[in-house]
Amino acid sequence: MTKKTYLLLALLVAALLFPILVPNQYYLQILILVFIWTIAVYGLNTITGLTGQLSLAHAGFFAIGAYSLGLLTINAGIPFWAAFVLAIVITTIISFFIGIVALRTKSHFFAIYTMSVGFLIYLIIYKSELTGGVRGLIGIPNPAPIGPLTFESIQSYYYLMLFFLLLTIFFMYRLFHSLLGKTFIAIRNSEELAETLGISVMKNKLLAFVISAGLASLSGALYASYVRFLGPQMADIHVAFEILLYLLVGGIGTLAGPLIGTFIVVVLTQMLQFLEEFRMLVFGPIVVLLILFYPRGIVGGYLMWRAKRAKKQKVAEASSTKGENGNAVNH
Amino acid sequence: MDLFFQQILNGLTIGSVYSLVALGLTLVFGILHVPNFAHGALYMVGAYIALTVMTALGVHYWIGLIIAVIVIALLSVLMERLVFSRLDSKDPLPIMIASIGILFFLESFAQYMWGSQYQRMVTPYGDTIQIFGLTVTMQRLLVIIAAVALMYALHLFLTKTMTGAAIIAMSQSKNGAFLVGINATRVSMLTFAIAGGLAAAAATLAAPINLVFPSMGNLVIMKAFVIIIIGGMGSIPGAIIGGYILGMAESLGATYISGDYKDLIAFVLLVLILTMKPNGLFAKGVK
Repeated sequence: MTKKTYLLLALLVAALLFPILVPNQYYLQILILVFIWTIAVYGLNTITGLTGQLSLAHAGFFAIGAYSLGLLTINAGIPFWAAFVLAIVITTIISFFIGIVALRTKSHFFAIYTMSVGFLIYLIIYKSELTGGVRGLIGIPNPAPIGPLTFESIQSYYYLMLFFLLLTIFFMYRLFHSLLGKTFIAIRNSEELAETLGISVMKNKLLAFVISAGLASLSGALYASYVRFLGPQMADIHVAFEILLYLLVGGIGTLAGPLIGTFIVVVLTQMLQFLEEFRMLVFGPIVVLLILFYPRGIVGGYLMWRAKRAKKQKVAEASSTKGENGNAVNH
Repeated sequence: MDLFFQQILNGLTIGSVYSLVALGLTLVFGILHVPNFAHGALYMVGAYIALTVMTALGVHYWIGLIIAVIVIALLSVLMERLVFSRLDSKDPLPIMIASIGILFFLESFAQYMWGSQYQRMVTPYGDTIQIFGLTVTMQRLLVIIAAVALMYALHLFLTKTMTGAAIIAMSQSKNGAFLVGINATRVSMLTFAIAGGLAAAAATLAAPINLVFPSMGNLVIMKAFVIIIIGGMGSIPGAIIGGYILGMAESLGATYISGDYKDLIAFVLLVLILTMKPNGLFAKGVK
């Protein structure tokens, strides 16, 4: 436990010192993207990893968060941070109503339903006059200064995104170790059993769905304030798939999985830049192979391996003590 | 009134294509419980194969269609052997994710092989003819006739042959089929082959009307899912009727409501149906 705490502290210090030690704009940009996406992946992890419902509407919520921030600041002229909070509130309200209906459907139906909802969101953004349609939305303002903190340099963006990521991780840590998190997992394992135990399945699934959409919209709002240009492509089903890929590589249903998976895939994508739009030639088969041979991802696989080793050690210990006892009897 | 009948005819054409795609999807779903998101990618690759053999080898349209059907049937079986047969059909999440993985691989592959620009498929049936005062291209009539012929052939196969009976038996009760000695591996390979072949045929029939491009399967597959939910997952007549209903609704909706939002119709329909009946209309034993 202490070893783990030290490791985490070292990681945190490294993340905090990174912009000072490595003043490379390109690396900072990649890390900022990793931080932003990781938050969305944590969102998907809540509904798909913990509760076991494959949601394909996630890119839609990401886009609603981003567009809400954009429209509220540009068209309505609302101050940045107020719009930021409002964007998340708006998305969670929308997701609440979608969730009420969507969650009455199960497994395949839920996936297809959310896929359709995601596509509807995409089509509305694409066709609507309000969102700028294909042309997109330009001119989203910088995050407004908070007291003495201003957000103009890339370093300040880095720390802002890191702050929200840490907040998300802390929230997820508490969720994982709370009764609520365990309830979600119980629903994933068996809805019928959970119901028999007196868990309100619908209420908990809805809560997971809303939390999931809320995190996606947080990620979307951060994305909007960083990239400052929005196009309908961000609501495309490909984006939902990308988020799912990050989650699968890291380890679905694990706490560290989203961070590790996003980091690895985003960095890998940067290294495979020459592939550009053909990335899926590599990542498509990776997903299939992962599902076939390594369904728990990197973190899940590691946890399994550790659990197995611990079990083996226990058995070995038990048999050796038995051996001693046996000898004692023989004496 | 002419416009109305013209749109009915258009609806029949689109509906025929939708029905063929939904038929394959519902066979695979009803019998093997695989919600195959990659089915639309098979449709798309099918169109490209036909186009490639037609332009590169200069073969006739019908030969191109037959080659596409065979190639895609084999590709579909390969998918079943390599991926779906290895996954537990009781756990939907891995199957859905794996099929999405295949979908994006095939789409990327098509972009890599054939480029992302729109391509036109030329057929010998480009002429227009007059029937009952309506002007239609031969190709549109051909789509309708060929689709009906294919559906009838499938119906004969399923009802008149032993192999077809085995497929029906598997869809009704997996355990019962095992008890009477039906070879499950053979049936599932065959089912995937038929589904892939139907998708390729639908794509090659529709390609001269709709152009060929890498993401051409995406909307079709989403609509096919809508159709099999409307028609009851796993129901063959449901898929056919559902396909025609959606084709008509889109064609008439585009004319009388809004052309911009015609793709919205299917999804609004789905959202409405699942809102009222979470297990789909006509839900049967299939979970």
